[in-house]
Amino acid sequence: MVETVKYDPRSKFPPVDANSGKSVYNLLSGKYMKVWQGPQHPGITGNMSLELTVCGDEIIDCKTHVGYLHRGFEKLMERRRYIQCFPLVCRICVPEPDFNEYLFAEGTEELAGIEIPEKARWYRALTLEMARLASFLMWIGGQAAAFGMGTIGQWTVTMRDYVLDLFEELSGGRIYHMYIIPGGVRADLPAGFALRVEQTLAQIWKVLDDVELALMYNAVFKKRAMGLGVITPSIVDEYGITGPNARGSGIQRDIRKDNPYLVYDQLEFSIVTETGGDAYARTWVRLRETRQSIDLIRQMLEIMPTSGPFFQKLPNVLHWKIPGGQTYKKAECTRGEYGFFMVSDGTELPRRIYVRGPSYTHAVTLMEKLAVNVNIADTAGLMVSLHTYPPEIER
Amino acid sequence: MSLKDIIAPFSVWKRVFEKPYTNKKPIDTRPGAPRYRGFHVNDLDTCIGCGTCEEICQNVAIDMVPVRETRHGDSGLRPKMDYGRCCWCALCVDICPSGSLGMSNEYLWVDGDPEVFRFIPGHDEKSWNDSELGYRRAEGYDLLEGSRVPMPMLSVEESQKSFVEMVQGYSKEQAKAEADRCIACGICVATCPAHMQVPEYIKAIRDDDMVEGLRIVYQANPLPASCGRVCSHACEYVCAMKHKGEAISIRWLKRYIVDQIYLGEYSKILHECEPDNGKKVAIIGSGPGGLSAAYYLRLLGYAVTIYDANEKAGGMLRYGIPEYRLPYDQVEKDIEFIASLGVEFRQNARIGVDVDFLDIYGHNDAVFFSTGLSDPFGLDIAGEDLPGVVSGLDLLADVTHGKTPDIGSSVVVVGGGNVAMDAARTSRRYGAEVTILYRRREADMPADSEEIHEARGEGCEIVVQAIPLRIEKGTDTRLMLYWGKAEMVSDGPGKRPRPVLIEGSEEVIACDTVIPAIGQAADLTFLPQDIASRLVGKRGYVEVDEFHRTPVAKIYAGGDIANPKRDAISAIANGHSAAKGIDIYLGNFQD
Repeated sequence: MVETVKYDPRSKFPPVDANSGKSVYNLLSGKYMKVWQGPQHPGITGNMSLELTVCGDEIIDCKTHVGYLHRGFEKLMERRRYIQCFPLVCRICVPEPDFNEYLFAEGTEELAGIEIPEKARWYRALTLEMARLASFLMWIGGQAAAFGMGTIGQWTVTMRDYVLDLFEELSGGRIYHMYIIPGGVRADLPAGFALRVEQTLAQIWKVLDDVELALMYNAVFKKRAMGLGVITPSIVDEYGITGPNARGSGIQRDIRKDNPYLVYDQLEFSIVTETGGDAYARTWVRLRETRQSIDLIRQMLEIMPTSGPFFQKLPNVLHWKIPGGQTYKKAECTRGEYGFFMVSDGTELPRRIYVRGPSYTHAVTLMEKLAVNVNIADTAGLMVSLHTYPPEIER
Repeated sequence: MSLKDIIAPFSVWKRVFEKPYTNKKPIDTRPGAPRYRGFHVNDLDTCIGCGTCEEICQNVAIDMVPVRETRHGDSGLRPKMDYGRCCWCALCVDICPSGSLGMSNEYLWVDGDPEVFRFIPGHDEKSWNDSELGYRRAEGYDLLEGSRVPMPMLSVEESQKSFVEMVQGYSKEQAKAEADRCIACGICVATCPAHMQVPEYIKAIRDDDMVEGLRIVYQANPLPASCGRVCSHACEYVCAMKHKGEAISIRWLKRYIVDQIYLGEYSKILHECEPDNGKKVAIIGSGPGGLSAAYYLRLLGYAVTIYDANEKAGGMLRYGIPEYRLPYDQVEKDIEFIASLGVEFRQNARIGVDVDFLDIYGHNDAVFFSTGLSDPFGLDIAGEDLPGVVSGLDLLADVTHGKTPDIGSSVVVVGGGNVAMDAARTSRRYGAEVTILYRRREADMPADSEEIHEARGEGCEIVVQAIPLRIEKGTDTRLMLYWGKAEMVSDGPGKRPRPVLIEGSEEVIACDTVIPAIGQAADLTFLPQDIASRLVGKRGYVEVDEFHRTPVAKIYAGGDIANPKRDAISAIANGHSAAKGIDIYLGNFQD
């Protein structure tokens, strides 16, 4: 889709040291300047800072700084019973909390040897797809707004709110759903839920048509997004890139297909890829995956079981001791591979819960690489195109 | 880049004519969804203040604060929410065993004073207090287990023929599963007369640490093998889990701990006695009260002598409770451990006959007596001195002594308490047809409901609202019991209805034996007249203070003679506190 890298190395770009591969420059020469971007951002990239060294309006060096959101969840969980971790985990990623709930529940169940009812598996998958949908809708807003197209953001964030309405109806909460609990889910679908989901999906589908017209076939967007932040397939593994960021570079990698969890092996879908590797290609991947989520939700509502239990009785959660062991559970969230590594030492408290947020690799190491040579005005767009949520960097 | 890329973005203009999506506040309001996790609601009357919500809240947003008066089964505390900490996860709602806590679908609360956001749901006046909508625990989802692990029991066919213990006891897996249900709220501790640390010993079962369990049990109860079988289990009536279904079988879990450890191991596990302090205490009566006082006094280093009129120690535990409920070897186990500590037992020593009370009083530093109620009430009707009329207590004692009671083939038991049930079921085991007459309704029966249920299961016929009129000699059978029907007459609200004989109603039962079991009184004739007259207070009970000190110096009393609850665990508690009282009195108390 895109032919050339947008910015050519220019003469004012400082020389690169052969050993370290880093630019060598003298800040006191007056040619360069340090700019701190963040922790408040014009886009919706969340609370993290970029320490940019610029020459004119061009970034020659980027250092990422996190720590503004550190709440110590992983440590907090070591001092809480398993059931008490349940309300905590969703906070690790605000816009898409369900993956935390799901992976925590799944890991706990595996360590404790609990098998959940079939219906709960469908409900979990439904919740996860709805969460993906909400997350993508919010991301579109950010991606468009980062290039000055706030209107599109208004449409999609509204649509996201309608998805949140559905979550509210299902779980009692709009942002922190706390619906997927070890043992299954907390409640059955409300009466007529499938119908209202379908109404919302139809509405979103139409808005996505408009978004495509206004964003993807937009000269401004194309001009700025094409060639921005190119991820070549060769660095995908080196930088631990997953999700749409990898798929935008033509890598066919999706945990839902590669290691199907829940009911994904019973659903029909294919991995969405693009070959450009730039922000524009990634935008296409995400837009198509948004439609894919809608399609998957429709499929699930059609074939999911309507009767049977949705919760498997647990031992008394107030003193639930889980046999010693460890497990790693992963799932495909909108940013890539979300993972929970859990260790139990046989007591009532988890020994260690390590959360792999995909934003960690994308927003820290990858961003530092991609930002170099980018115009300072494009940093917001670049960051959003990597789709990062800082809360999951700092668990 | 094409022409389309220039034109297409203009498509946004078509949305100019769309209605806005946003609500126009305050004209439009948007109620929360029916399941919305909004502000808390609490039904204060259903809430029992168990504090499980506080326990599960990982934000420490809930404090239990005193709102109501403390009573049995209700701590009087109610949850106070701190909305500066609450994360609206609703685990408190999910775990609430009484189901009183919920959440409304209200989500707007504006106030300039941050202090108001700490409030007591249900207690503080809030617009959402009566809200039906909002989050409640869904049907089919439950974090607690409401039903009890069934206890293996002898079948009725077997049990009505033998004196083998009916309740067979939990296996390890069963005990652990039952112990797992406990939420450790401690309402049982407050209710137990002996304040046994129930949640702690249940935890010991979960941890499979019987040694620790036995240690905890003996802190407040030196007769656990007996109590684990026949305790009146006030704890189970107030158990928070009872509000969800069935109470934790606290009594049987206690029994489980004791059953796992041989008597020979006890001395390695439990406290050793303190060195002898040279002081002597005499205890009269070797029932639960006396044994308990003896144990705790002996631990403190006193030289303890127990005087008892019966052949063997144990009092009512041995002579008043049939073997199928409490096997003799279990009573023996409890007593033998107490004896092994150096407590001296003087059996067959009737005070006033074999030993002089004043002699004991003079030679000891303190005297504790818990002689119980050994004098059965008569029916007070004509013919009750005929041969074939035998009191329930006498029948049970005879069986313990190894005699085969002469009850014939049909028996009528009069009364509705546990002694009546024991007498009836014992008679049944000797092959008699048994009828139980009780003058009030079945719901009024003082016997444990399981006793009534099992008695009926074993084939005892229960006739309620029946008043015995007279006993005559029979022709085919030894006796004829005439009885009349009663109707319940209300004495006004709040009072127990009274049975009144329906004039003219008279029925007759031909039987070989009539067993009155309508209660018993204290027999204090062993005491010198001047002391006895100073001891007995209102309603025939011996007057005691909180340390079970009587108005007469050096004399302490406990058990059924001093305690209207009249059960073993209360007697044990009395013995324990009397031991403390004696220790304080004799100046040996160390905090």
